[in-house]
Amino acid sequence: MSSIEQPSGPANSTPDFEVAPGLQRHLADARVNVELDTGDMIINLGPQHPATHGTLRLVVRLDGERVIAADPVIGYMHRGYEKLSEFRTYPQITTLINRIDWLSSFANEVPFVHAAEQLMEIEAPPRAEYIRTTLTELSRIATFLLFLGEMGLQVGALTPAFYGFRDREHVLNLIESATGGRFHPNFNRIGGLKDDLPWGWIAETRNVMKIVLDACDVFEDLVLGNEIFQARTRSVGIIPGELGAAYGVSGSNLRASGVDWDLRRDGAPYLAYPELDFEVFTHPDGDSYARYWVRLQETRESARMVLQLLDKMPSGPIMAKVARIIKVPAGEAWVETENPLGQMGYYVVSKGGTGPFRVKIRSASFSNVSILPWMLRGVYVPDVVTILASLYFILGDIDR
Amino acid sequence: MMVLALEIGWGWMLAFKALVILMIVPLGALILGYTFLLKMMSHMQSRLGPMDPGGFHGWFQLVGDGLKFLQKEDIIPEDADRRVFAFAPVVVVISTFLIFVVIPVGPVAIVANLDVGVFYALAVSSLSVIGVLMAGWSSANKFALMGALRAAGQLIAYELPLLLAVVGVVMQAGTMSLQGIVLSQQNGSIFGWSGIGNPFIFTQIIGFLLFMIAAQAELSQTPFDMPVAESELVAGYMVEYSGFRFLFFFIGEFGTATAFAALAATLFLGGWSLPGVHGLNAELLGPLVLFVKLMGVAFLMFWVRFTYPRLREDQLQAFAWKFLIPIALANIIITAIIKVAF
Repeated sequence: MSSIEQPSGPANSTPDFEVAPGLQRHLADARVNVELDTGDMIINLGPQHPATHGTLRLVVRLDGERVIAADPVIGYMHRGYEKLSEFRTYPQITTLINRIDWLSSFANEVPFVHAAEQLMEIEAPPRAEYIRTTLTELSRIATFLLFLGEMGLQVGALTPAFYGFRDREHVLNLIESATGGRFHPNFNRIGGLKDDLPWGWIAETRNVMKIVLDACDVFEDLVLGNEIFQARTRSVGIIPGELGAAYGVSGSNLRASGVDWDLRRDGAPYLAYPELDFEVFTHPDGDSYARYWVRLQETRESARMVLQLLDKMPSGPIMAKVARIIKVPAGEAWVETENPLGQMGYYVVSKGGTGPFRVKIRSASFSNVSILPWMLRGVYVPDVVTILASLYFILGDIDR
Repeated sequence: MMVLALEIGWGWMLAFKALVILMIVPLGALILGYTFLLKMMSHMQSRLGPMDPGGFHGWFQLVGDGLKFLQKEDIIPEDADRRVFAFAPVVVVISTFLIFVVIPVGPVAIVANLDVGVFYALAVSSLSVIGVLMAGWSSANKFALMGALRAAGQLIAYELPLLLAVVGVVMQAGTMSLQGIVLSQQNGSIFGWSGIGNPFIFTQIIGFLLFMIAAQAELSQTPFDMPVAESELVAGYMVEYSGFRFLFFFIGEFGTATAFAALAATLFLGGWSLPGVHGLNAELLGPLVLFVKLMGVAFLMFWVRFTYPRLREDQLQAFAWKFLIPIALANIIITAIIKVAF
């Protein structure tokens, strides 16, 4: 077939008959594996794979269907926000950090704005803090509703995903009507908010919270109560509480392992949380089922918190007195908050001026994913997908 | 009763039969695909599905999709085993065609009234696994290989319950010919009352449920769709297929669903027979009656498909060997005792 000259020499072990070019690669393989190797197979889950919702790459070494070792490779979506922040002014940076955890953008803005406010020693008016709290909880509900549906999709049921998207749409509409952006509100200003709530928003939010509570019941019946779902998630991907904490796992993932730790209650007081009456849910099991259960309860609790906030919403200004050109005095500030995906923190170093000198972002998913090599050892391939889905990471939150 | 056979020669008759079978598989795939995959699933998921193509509720959508697939470039991966890769979809579709040969749609309207009809139908339906294995192996893709091996492993789990579930029906009817099974349901009686004959779903309800569960695994539909597993293996054995070769797999999938729905309707619901309809009327109404029953069964199958999550491969094996097979055996024993006692 081909007339390619075979280089012939004493040390060359290529056979002396003509080989089609397409087969040469196989021959090379055959020389390396003298016997037919029935051992491990290395398979790349991602960077283009539906289970990694984004561009996470998992290099998985398989023995049949069993995972021997798994290695997450990150950085395919690194956008360098920490470095970019050094060349932006404070108001410009909120636009960037909207894109870190793109499902709950509003919750991203809050800790950064708080850090800047701390350095400037100003405080947003109470109404602004209440609206911030409400929108943070709404973005938590939106994020978790998507999770509640998508987890079903990842274990093979198509229908819950559509329900999740459908119910989340109501919440996104609320966020859009208040802030102007469905996903990236960019609504926080240093010292307050851009606008007050639109007319009729509070009544509409009360209606939507009823829809959300109903949706939670539906998910509890359809997904959590399903025998096959339970068979697929129970005792799959167990994180022991202490080990999880040692790896830096935070948020619902850690609470599902029985660690009673929620920054809204246990951290430095922020937003309007000290004035709210809410419960923190934990589950002793630490498996994928527990993580789903905890997020479901937290969605409900968030809806109740929003209703409380609407009842207590004070009147007044929404913006503190801030100079037109924001200059932050020299100093350092560390603010951490309980975001939907876990603990999120900003360490802002200012040397005076319109922009920060250095910003360190502590994002939840980065630490949550770091436990994957430990968790994935010895599980089956379908369980890899279950575990990835139940950890619930956002690629933007890993890579920043 | 030789109404349709008339005086045409056997050659023409054979050609006519072959043409009908060739029509039925893509037509069944189209009807089931449109009714259930496009419309029923959409309405279950609070959306409308295709609405525009063809004017009325998007009925033309699947035809258009099929035409689109025909225009696509025929892509064969460089490392693929070309001949096996090209032949695999054909094997899958052939197995679907072969099932329809023994399914009766009227008193004489059957392509081949084999004495071992049930046995033959279940045997040829398993041929498709060979096609799946060929596709997965020849694709030179690790995901495809895993999907194909899962399909082969699944065969061990569901094939036995599928056969055992039918044994009860065969014992009750006293024949393995599908036409004979239909006739024995038509002429049977429930405690002396022969108003609606004796559809075996009443006496063989356990067999019917087992058959439906095992058929779900045979068709690799949720909750047993591990070979395709979109969220894990992306599309399993068909991940490298595109264009009209993928279309073959699609036709195979839904054509086999049609075949199994028809088989279940024939075995348990009385097939083409309708109470009080005999002779020439039965011959003319038969296909329609079978179609209605078939759609009812298919509705059940797809309802489950769009509702449940997916089991794991080891859980399917445990489910089949620890649960389905013992129940199927018990069902056979009970049927035998009743058959002998009464």
